[in-house]
Amino acid sequence: MSDTKEIYLDNSATTRVFPAVADLMTRVMLETYGNPSSMHHKGVEAEKLLRNAKEIFAGILKCDLKNIYFTSGGTESDNMAIVGAATAAKRRGMHLITTQIEHPAVLNTMKHLESEGYTVTYLPVDSFGLVKLDKLEAAITPETTLVSIMHVNNEIGSMQKIAEIGELIKRCNPDTLFHVDAVQGFGKAAIIPKKMNIDLMSVSSHKIHGPKGMGMLYVGDKVRLNPIVFGGGQQNGLRSGTENMPGIAGMAKAADTLCSKLKEDSEKLYKLKARLIMGALKLEGVQVNGVELNDELKKKLSSGAMDDEAMVMLMEALSKTAPHIVSLSFPGIRAEVMLHTLENDGIYVSAGSACSTHKPEPSATLKAIGLDKSLLDCTLRFSMSVFTTEEEIDKTISVLSDKLPMLQKYTRR
Amino acid sequence: MKKEMFCDFLIKYAEIGIKGKNRYLFEDALVSRIMNAMKRVDGEFSIRKTPGRIFLRSESEFDFDEAVDALQHVFGIVGICPIVRLDIVDPETLCKNVTDYMREMYGSELCSTGLTAQQAVEIMKENGFEVDSASAAISDEVYGKLQWQELLPSIKRNSSDTIRFKMMVRRERKSYPKDSMVLNEDIGEALLNAFPGLKVDVHHPEKIVYVEIRDSIYLYSEIIPGPGGMPVGTGGHGMLLLSGGIDSPVAGYMVSKRGVTIDAVYFNAPPYTSERALQKVVDLATIISKYTGPINLHVINFTEIQMAIYEKCPHDELTIIMRRYMMRIAEHLAEECGAQGLITGESIGQVASQTFASLVCTNEVCTLPVIRPLIAFDKQDIVEISQKIGSYETSIQPYEDCCTIFVAKHPVTKPSRTVIRRHEAHLDDVIEEMLQKAYDTDTVIRVGD
Repeated sequence: MSDTKEIYLDNSATTRVFPAVADLMTRVMLETYGNPSSMHHKGVEAEKLLRNAKEIFAGILKCDLKNIYFTSGGTESDNMAIVGAATAAKRRGMHLITTQIEHPAVLNTMKHLESEGYTVTYLPVDSFGLVKLDKLEAAITPETTLVSIMHVNNEIGSMQKIAEIGELIKRCNPDTLFHVDAVQGFGKAAIIPKKMNIDLMSVSSHKIHGPKGMGMLYVGDKVRLNPIVFGGGQQNGLRSGTENMPGIAGMAKAADTLCSKLKEDSEKLYKLKARLIMGALKLEGVQVNGVELNDELKKKLSSGAMDDEAMVMLMEALSKTAPHIVSLSFPGIRAEVMLHTLENDGIYVSAGSACSTHKPEPSATLKAIGLDKSLLDCTLRFSMSVFTTEEEIDKTISVLSDKLPMLQKYTRR
Repeated sequence: MKKEMFCDFLIKYAEIGIKGKNRYLFEDALVSRIMNAMKRVDGEFSIRKTPGRIFLRSESEFDFDEAVDALQHVFGIVGICPIVRLDIVDPETLCKNVTDYMREMYGSELCSTGLTAQQAVEIMKENGFEVDSASAAISDEVYGKLQWQELLPSIKRNSSDTIRFKMMVRRERKSYPKDSMVLNEDIGEALLNAFPGLKVDVHHPEKIVYVEIRDSIYLYSEIIPGPGGMPVGTGGHGMLLLSGGIDSPVAGYMVSKRGVTIDAVYFNAPPYTSERALQKVVDLATIISKYTGPINLHVINFTEIQMAIYEKCPHDELTIIMRRYMMRIAEHLAEECGAQGLITGESIGQVASQTFASLVCTNEVCTLPVIRPLIAFDKQDIVEISQKIGSYETSIQPYEDCCTIFVAKHPVTKPSRTVIRRHEAHLDDVIEEMLQKAYDTDTVIRVGD
């Protein structure tokens, strides 16, 4: 490994914890270490901390404290929402709807419910990863008790029109609950559950510069959930277990930090995203996934002749996607090889397709957007954070342009 | 078997016993391998060598299963006997002690008469015992208290329900009052009297009850199989070509079993192979090091050579030429660290580069002997060994190694040496420098300490 500064572009996998969050957590572990259920002063102190964390989330989501539940992470939040809602409404109906591009925490939970006798509709998406609203409308029946759709896709950064979807669901069946997996979107794009007809919403801490092993679930006012964890009856009996206080405090601090300047940060991220795409598309053969670009704009991007008008068009196209995720395909180069090549220059990214890591199956998302078969194993995900700089993006592009010719030459014949 | 009874083990070894004047070398090596293996086990152990016997004693609390598992990884051991040690006692007390031992060890198994409770009650009544027939559910424990000797003629022993046994007394301590023949009879008789479920069978015994009278008296009746083979360190030194596959760890295990000390080399090809592929090989080396003892794993960066072959040689010969360079590099490392030969996991015909013709091609580049313990094994047999030694699960993790990344769709299966040599010559102007660079990347990871 060369002695280069590390460039971390895998923020959709996990993020670096904000130093202030780490400090706060240390203090909670060493000083305010009480159990919020204890009757003495130490307990009261911890309960205050818990309340404070709920207040932060209630402020961001413009909801009440009682809507906020803390979990062990995005996966548990998704499980608690989907299994909890589906089983509580079982008598009304056993039909659930989701999409083909959900995270495994949702997809495999749905599969589990299928084995329990539920019927699940997996909605297709268009080539930019967006749910087809007419298909959704057609799928909702009087027996549909829950629709679960992710806000931002973790692999290609497509961003669903959550408000429109929420409205559509309630119009078709006011009793159908709407769950949003906001693990990738939270802290990147504003989302107000009540305004968007969201009943349940999952958030993960380690994607927003908080600690791992920590998550949050928003539960709307009239939503009935069955608990999936049983024990001492903490958090209204909906999620038993002594509250993870250092995690809760840390996650709330991270969310507060991120959301207080969300608009400013997301503008910065969109600019970085544009910079990366412009740089990458100038390289031969490279293509970007999940962004709608017209032919004229594509031509300008690959020739590098971006005028003001083209810039406006590009930013307009990007604004429909998440600000921090860029999915690029490099024809003929296996993602894993590309990944290790970048790694050698201290650049950390992720293989857009899971097949080169631990799972033999190619990515469901990339298949669902109709990506050419030959590109499934040649796709990388670059995901940025508030720590990412222009210099880092430029360095990444220069490494890509240095290494591409060599890698294109040595491919499997 | 009651594991908490034991704090001593008798270690049996086979081939070492016949190695003539060198025997002490083998025994010393075995003792040192045992002590090394016991370092992984919680507790204090001491070892004692007497002619033809090695005794391992625990000086503190220890876990029986953990200790046996450690011993089962030491090549050279054919049997592990958990023993009970007694002070020298008179023959009568000895009979009683052996009886107690058997009761502790095998308990109710030995008390079983093979009769139903009702039948037992009948027999007892016939023999003049007062038994309340209402309590037909009479327990084995009650039987044990009765004088079986008197009842024996009446009980038709059901052979399938009895345990056939044999006494094996050895009297090394010649001053002991009775000799081994007499003791065999006395102790055997005591056992028969005590347990209705026992039957003597000197030809086909299921249990042999060993009593050895030495400085103390040692009792044992169970022999747990060891791995066999020869103690590592007595059979020379080999360099194993270790990939991430199923075969090469098994090859290392097998050769090491003949007493050979193992070092290994792995060919790394970043960025085409990942850090996890390397970690997998380190894990495999660690798994076999439980048997082989510590291994120096040499990691060589092979990317540049591989690229050069890819660029300058016919693609269908890539794997053969690549393997020829691997053999050359392995031989170089072997000579540097004093290994006397190479070890590979090759098996005839398993893949294109392992056909007889291919082996001829890869074999000719080195002068040291290449040991191929799996040469005539079927894949399934190799898989079974790898499952037995615990490397299989790690071997099948899906990380690519350098042999698969650029592999041709139709590699040659009958390469000719002259053709290969001619094509290899395309590398002549660059290869020496590349080999030197590859040697310079040699990084040694030591595992199994």
